[in-house]
Amino acid sequence: MGTLRSFDQFANAVLEGACERVIVGDLYCDIPLGLYVIRGENVVLIGELDLDKEELPSHMTRVSSTEIKRAQKAEREASDLKGTMRKRMEFLDMD
Amino acid sequence: MAPPLFVGDVTLPLQFLDRKQSRTQSHAMLFFSYFKDLVGREVTVELKNDLAIRGTLISVDQYLNIKLENTRAVDQDNFPHMLSVRNCFIRGSVVRYVQLPPEGVDVDLLHDATRREARGG
Repeated sequence: MGTLRSFDQFANAVLEGACERVIVGDLYCDIPLGLYVIRGENVVLIGELDLDKEELPSHMTRVSSTEIKRAQKAEREASDLKGTMRKRMEFLDMD
Repeated sequence: MAPPLFVGDVTLPLQFLDRKQSRTQSHAMLFFSYFKDLVGREVTVELKNDLAIRGTLISVDQYLNIKLENTRAVDQDNFPHMLSVRNCFIRGSVVRYVQLPPEGVDVDLLHDATRREARGG
């Protein structure tokens, strides 16, 4: 998210005061990034934010960047665990 | 320039090149002009990252980049970051499907147009 300052025909874009919104389950965190020059090939979508509207559903809570990183790590480990049978076996061995 | 006639295998290389170029050009143009006719209709765009967005088609360009208004994610629970996005630009390269209104599809017209493409005229 950020203020769109410029763009061109390739969808290259300049975002001022950009931040990255990380969402893990019901937790979210805005990590400040600064001025971003984005190469068009990496763009999926550019959407205008309706500032009058609630940005996120009310049940979602804002947390600090350390907390969101912890949540991300936990989620990644959970999906790794589910993903590979071998990982599951290692987990059982450790017990 | 009128496309050169294809008489047996007697075709000048230069003419063939022209013919090929005009074909690739019109190939891209067929779907571009087709989508231009759909402007103002409600469509669902499914992206390669499985995000599906429904909205009114506002404009489309030669790369099939798409602008939508009154957008909403079809699966809002899994894409909460799309909640406050009311209109958006979607890069053509990330689109997997565009779901069209049934009345916006003229099968006969498309049949004719694609056959004409296949013949290279």
